[in-house]
Amino acid sequence: MAVTTEPENPLTAGLERLPVHPTALVVFGATGDLAKRKLLPAIYNLAHEGALPERFYLVGVSRGELTHEEYRELAVEAITSFSRRPPDPDVLEHLLEDIRYVSGSFDEDRVYSSLAAILGEFDGKAGQPLNRAFYLSTAPAFFPVIVGLLGAHGLQHSEGTDTEVRVIIEKPFGTTLGEAQELNRKVLSVFDERQVFRIDHYLGKETVQNVLAFRFANGMFEPWWNRNYIDNVQITAAEDLGIGTRAGYYDSAGALRDLIQNHMLQLLTLLCMEPPVAFSADEVRDEKVKVLHAVHAPTLDDVDDLSVRAQYGPGVVAGEGVRGYLEEDGVPADSNTETYAALRLSVDNWRWAGVPFYLRTGKRLARKLTEIAITLKPVPHLAFRENADGVRPNQLILTMQPNEGVSLSLVAKVPGTRMTMAPVNMEFLYGTAFISQSPEAYERLIMDAMRGDATLFTRNDEVEAQWHICDPIVAKWEATPGPLPQYGSGGQGPAEAERLLLPGDHWRAI
Amino acid sequence: MTTVKDSLWTAHETTPSAIEEALRELLSERHAEHAGYTPARVLNLVCIVDREWSGEIANRLRSVGDSHASRTIVCSVEPGRTSLDAVATIASDREPGPGEFALTRETIVVNVGPGHLAHLDTIVDPLVVTDIPTVVWAPHGHPEAVESLRRLAQVALIDSIDDPEVSEALVRARSLADSLHVVDMAWLRTVPWRERLAATFDPIPLRPQLATISSVEVRHQPDSVASALLLLGWLASRLDWHCSPLLPSGDDLTGSAHAHRQDVTLTLAPAREMQVRGLLGLTVETASGRRLSLDRGPGGLHAEYSNYRKGIERSWTVLGASRGEGGILGNAIRAALARDRIYLPALQAATTMVR
Repeated sequence: MAVTTEPENPLTAGLERLPVHPTALVVFGATGDLAKRKLLPAIYNLAHEGALPERFYLVGVSRGELTHEEYRELAVEAITSFSRRPPDPDVLEHLLEDIRYVSGSFDEDRVYSSLAAILGEFDGKAGQPLNRAFYLSTAPAFFPVIVGLLGAHGLQHSEGTDTEVRVIIEKPFGTTLGEAQELNRKVLSVFDERQVFRIDHYLGKETVQNVLAFRFANGMFEPWWNRNYIDNVQITAAEDLGIGTRAGYYDSAGALRDLIQNHMLQLLTLLCMEPPVAFSADEVRDEKVKVLHAVHAPTLDDVDDLSVRAQYGPGVVAGEGVRGYLEEDGVPADSNTETYAALRLSVDNWRWAGVPFYLRTGKRLARKLTEIAITLKPVPHLAFRENADGVRPNQLILTMQPNEGVSLSLVAKVPGTRMTMAPVNMEFLYGTAFISQSPEAYERLIMDAMRGDATLFTRNDEVEAQWHICDPIVAKWEATPGPLPQYGSGGQGPAEAERLLLPGDHWRAI
Repeated sequence: MTTVKDSLWTAHETTPSAIEEALRELLSERHAEHAGYTPARVLNLVCIVDREWSGEIANRLRSVGDSHASRTIVCSVEPGRTSLDAVATIASDREPGPGEFALTRETIVVNVGPGHLAHLDTIVDPLVVTDIPTVVWAPHGHPEAVESLRRLAQVALIDSIDDPEVSEALVRARSLADSLHVVDMAWLRTVPWRERLAATFDPIPLRPQLATISSVEVRHQPDSVASALLLLGWLASRLDWHCSPLLPSGDDLTGSAHAHRQDVTLTLAPAREMQVRGLLGLTVETASGRRLSLDRGPGGLHAEYSNYRKGIERSWTVLGASRGEGGILGNAIRAALARDRIYLPALQAATTMVR
């Protein structure tokens, strides 16, 4: 059998930025908050750095009645307001000179006919068929509608060309396991899985990717990265802010769906996964899915023992009094939506059996902090028994924000004539060791999606496995009437969270 | 960039160990003031400059955006000087808030005399932070100083454009590369052009066209021959061309390279209208009738493509903002942290194109 291989491009060797096939990017929900605050600025910054494909066209689709020119003005304003650097007027002008806007409801056939015509026009203008990327930045209810109509209009593939069509889907991917499965069924009835890029923007953050580098590029951690040496793990995603103006979204989602079901379970998988054979999309995701399958999903009867929910009450933050959740604008006075959620999970496999994993997230807590704290088991025998007050089990802290870095708590001798012990920290801050040029998460993810690299995106079985863990908790909480426990704003969270801890364990101070 | 609260120390007729001790005290004071002040520890940059031009170099170093060295040691060469004067500062871009950290950077300016240069390593060695890369940059020459620092440096930062004799510049770069990782700003100026050429020929049906390239013209600022040669050298090394020396033809330098299928006509054309260093444009033609031109323009590179056999003509803008000289220097400092394995073969090929 003859084997044909694609000719290589010897000019790409050593380039920091590899070429991306010319692409037309279609943003559904193009006038929404995400598009204005994140997507358009990210696209601009990619253009500024010369990272976009050589031929790049942008199309916005939304319900608002706008002309192409009005949408261009909206994009200029959004980029000027939210870009991480002041825009260069010439780059901005050229980026947006061919921008198109399609106005209409996402369930209208004419929207897709117009879109097809515009994409055909762009192919003609470029003199070659372009890759197409459809970015679904809409309310989740529209995801199946848009996907279905893209399929109905034949936009899910590019007949007779070797170009690629991809669909990028924002979170949340369903609000229950059933919804996620149904959405996957719908999406995969139109697109192949390799065409689908489910966004979890946390995975685009440098510091989250650094968890993989930290674990798999350093030999010193692997020998003790298991149940024999690790006592417990705490993953915390705390925010000092309240819900702000997001009552509409937040009250229908809550802390569990907003952060734990996606971001925090992703952190758990990165922490617990086995080393992948290669850093490729499916090798990495295969290992992550194995972790999710190993997580013991609570039964309805388990939920009360393994989870805690609460709402923030009034309190004092940064010296100023703040309202409680139920007093926030747009929140129903009888809302049972949790602004704090904590879980105790177990990963039932050879490496992690018996190690409790505590996950907690909340709004209006003492400060903004995302970290993974790994507490090691105490030493088996302590010779310094009489002066052992300062001896604590070692902790390894991976901090994602605000000060990205790694900290290892050790025990050292206090200078003096006596053998007195005290904990000390060995700290590494990423900002001190690199000349910082981290791209925004959305810049990285948009480029990866256009390039077809799905490593930092969530696969269908991954998202369903995440829901499999959270679904019983959602179901139990929705079936249990309130009111919810309250915790004071600006504090450490609800006292009820203490009951999740196994004997001897403590929540780290936020 | 706004800096806040510089800590400052100055001394006349001082010694390296006194400077180092003062720096430790400054760091300690800064840390005592707020534990959030944290020294950056990425790389040392040792600059050897003529005193009279040190202001210009200081301006260039200020314009590098986020790409500052952690510790910058400026050896300012003053004719007739026999003793050392020094100024040490610790600067931070901001004050740390509660629970935050703020990076600090150290700058040491040491006034030295010409007699110090042959043994400059004995002055610089106590001042560098150990266990991080040390980069040497001597924009005003002083090869004896660079030579003395080879032992303690890992990276040489050069700009082959600085030398009026391009052949000597390329030979010097090769010599430095024997023991140091060389970051050449003349090479970094070719990055956008290399990226675009790579992208043009990246679609799988177009990759075989690389073997049919029949001519390349590079238009450059008159002083920037080195960048243009390095771009040609890169093509030659990646595409396995064998080059002969380029010869003057009017204002241009022309010559040819022997490729597998045919000879490639090479032209370097100076663009007198271009004020800033670097490349103005390039044109690549293939034996199959394709022609691609890229030229600097507002908002990026203006691209023109034609295929006379098929009667196709197109033009567009390849988006990208100019990095400016500050950006190039910033990129060079960042590049010192990585190894570019493509530069040396390109340099080697470029060297064969000059007499």
